Amino acid sequence: MRGNNVVGVLFSNVHDDKIRELTEKRTIASVPFGSRYRLIDFPLSNMVNSGISKVGVVTKSNFQSLMDHLGSGKAWDLSRKRDGLFFLPPFDKQDRDISNSRIEALDSIRRFLVTSKEDYVLLSDCDIVCNIPYHEVIEAHIRNQADITAIYHHGVIPQHMSEPTVYNVEENGSLRDMLIHPKVDGLCNYGLNMYVINRTLLIELIEDCVSRNMYNFNRDFIQRNMFQYRFYCYEFKGYSKVICSTQDYFQANMDLLNPDIKAQLFQSDKPIYTKVRDDMPARYGLGSNVNQSLVADGCVIEGEVQNCILFRGVKVAKGAKLKNCVIMQDTCIGTDCNLQNVITDKDVVIQDGRSFMGTDTYPVFISKGSIV
Amino acid sequence: MLPKQEVVAMLLAGGQGSRLGVLTKKLAKPAVPYGGKYRIIDFPLSNCVNSGIETVGVLTQYQPLILNDYIGSGQPWDLDRLDAGVHVLPPYQHIDGSDWYKGTANAIYQNMNFIERYHPDYVVILSGDHIYKMDYSKMVAFHKEHHAACTIAEIEVPMEEASRFGILNTYEDGTIYEFDEKPKQPKSNKASMGIYVFSWDKLRKYLTEDEANPNSSNDFGGDVLPAMLGAGEKMMAYEFSGYWKDVGTIDSLWESNMDLLNPKVPLDLSDESWKIYSRNPTLPPHYISNEAHVQNALIAEGCNIYGELDSSIVFEDVTIGKGAVVRDSIVMPGAKIEEGATVQYAIIGEQAIIKNHAEVGKRPENMENLEQWGLTVVGGSYVVAPHTVVPPKTMLDADDQKEEI
Repeated sequence: MRGNNVVGVLFSNVHDDKIRELTEKRTIASVPFGSRYRLIDFPLSNMVNSGISKVGVVTKSNFQSLMDHLGSGKAWDLSRKRDGLFFLPPFDKQDRDISNSRIEALDSIRRFLVTSKEDYVLLSDCDIVCNIPYHEVIEAHIRNQADITAIYHHGVIPQHMSEPTVYNVEENGSLRDMLIHPKVDGLCNYGLNMYVINRTLLIELIEDCVSRNMYNFNRDFIQRNMFQYRFYCYEFKGYSKVICSTQDYFQANMDLLNPDIKAQLFQSDKPIYTKVRDDMPARYGLGSNVNQSLVADGCVIEGEVQNCILFRGVKVAKGAKLKNCVIMQDTCIGTDCNLQNVITDKDVVIQDGRSFMGTDTYPVFISKGSIV
Repeated sequence: MLPKQEVVAMLLAGGQGSRLGVLTKKLAKPAVPYGGKYRIIDFPLSNCVNSGIETVGVLTQYQPLILNDYIGSGQPWDLDRLDAGVHVLPPYQHIDGSDWYKGTANAIYQNMNFIERYHPDYVVILSGDHIYKMDYSKMVAFHKEHHAACTIAEIEVPMEEASRFGILNTYEDGTIYEFDEKPKQPKSNKASMGIYVFSWDKLRKYLTEDEANPNSSNDFGGDVLPAMLGAGEKMMAYEFSGYWKDVGTIDSLWESNMDLLNPKVPLDLSDESWKIYSRNPTLPPHYISNEAHVQNALIAEGCNIYGELDSSIVFEDVTIGKGAVVRDSIVMPGAKIEEGATVQYAIIGEQAIIKNHAEVGKRPENMENLEQWGLTVVGGSYVVAPHTVVPPKTMLDADDQKEEI
């Protein structure tokens, strides 16, 4: 059923600074991932698959690549007369610094929130790879008559997560306590920075925060208000990977080679949509040798590829050897190259005979358009 | 009133393609999958867009459902336009009754009102059964330059095969003086490609006359073109060189697919300047497992390959199980080749399942009697039982299977 009374809001720039190499020329939302996707495809597809037909994407800077990727929203079925995809670029207010605070972002899209008719708002960042049934979260939110529902995952807090939130939850799902960046060892309920909030309450609380010059979302918005409202928590049990560093990014890509994780992320009834690029199917040459890899359309492979993620249009020449690599769109690997634990950004050219070795905890990164 | 379009293309897509047997039982020939992600109709449609022709009428008749769905709004080809774009034109009822399309010319005749809306100068007639990349705008320019009434694209075919084609006999300047439909003793090896450019006023005149003639079979090749030639109209042959293949038979469909694996064949589908567009499925990248062995193959998205794959074309969402071997074959969307199965020289239809350790097809070199060899075709949704052997030259139809159960 379409139109489930929820409007989605995605923050495309929050945590840009976490993987600086990849976000030098783009938002975290438009970081390429998993052979043919960009990170925003995951939360955006999750929303669409949960029946949300109105999504606002808040941008702050470097959003050319994101605009190019999203276009009219057609690929996500969000190019529509009623609702659809709303691009929300910065709205100039001269007395304000451009920072990456969610409160500021929400204040700047006040009009979008006020004119929306839906009762609930779903907030999410773009740095988490998962396939989450948001409709179940929303059902729980309504069933609990909650004002705010936070989504958490039970596990070890990702090492480089900035200001992680830890939830202490009652058996019925209501909140007992929430801590920010506490010292915890081992398993805990850490927040995924995804929230369902009643729309009018969200507008009210944002106004309140702004009027008090409080701009830290977790401290000033969530923690300060958490006992005054009906606050519930929802546990997401499936695979989720928060991308807080280049290592995490590398690992999240490699995770896709695990069939269980791949099956969790790519479900035929909950597909991940992405921008269409008309490429021919991948071509494997005579004598190519590919194992344990994900390969996208448009690739031409003549060499040896093992344990790699190849994006669209990658060319691997004869005699080249790739192991544990993430090779982004249209990269050309010359003959007899030898690459191990390497990430190449888009449009990289590796000339014949070159050799690059990283380690699995510290992959070599080659930036966009480099010729090496 | 719609703005004038200099050129309107009409794509004849109503043919059954009966020689493709079970592959065209539920869908029209232009909708037959080709090359790992395309359908045959992607080629004329993409050629139109790349040639700058933005008004296309697609004439459908036989099993149109899948074809209609596939074309949709025309968005994948950029043919969802305000005043132009792609239009599906099925036969319809009119005040004097209703008719199926009796022949190719009659199909265009019944849609003259569609063409008239655009006040075109030229009409390009195309068919949906060939794989080729061609710039129609160059052919239209040639037509204009020679002030022809009709221009027919021609291609040189091997002399020994010429008797299978409609042969154009021309003077040195390219003027046609004779049509020779499938001649026993061909005078030349210049075959018609079934691509025509007409000046619209001439076409309208001859279509109307043809319709009034009760003895006509209302076909371009058999009736309209000879009538024009007989009346002394200027008809030109436009030479085309490049890859062109009729994929109207099982063998030619298979060969044309295999041509994509041959670097010597001049058919590059990844050419940025002449893209072939298609409707893209929403599927993850394909996965090649640790035990898989892949070479000389085309693989589309969403596939999971655990077995051995050699010299084959694999469409989207196909699974090839552990220890399975697929060689010299075409595997269409959604098919499953289970563990230990062997598929050789075969076409596996959409959603078909080859159960474990079944054997489909055989290599010609392993045949005692080559006469009995041929490609094996497993129709869409057919389930080949475990450990069964499907001999070469067999064609399996899922409808027969239902009756058996």
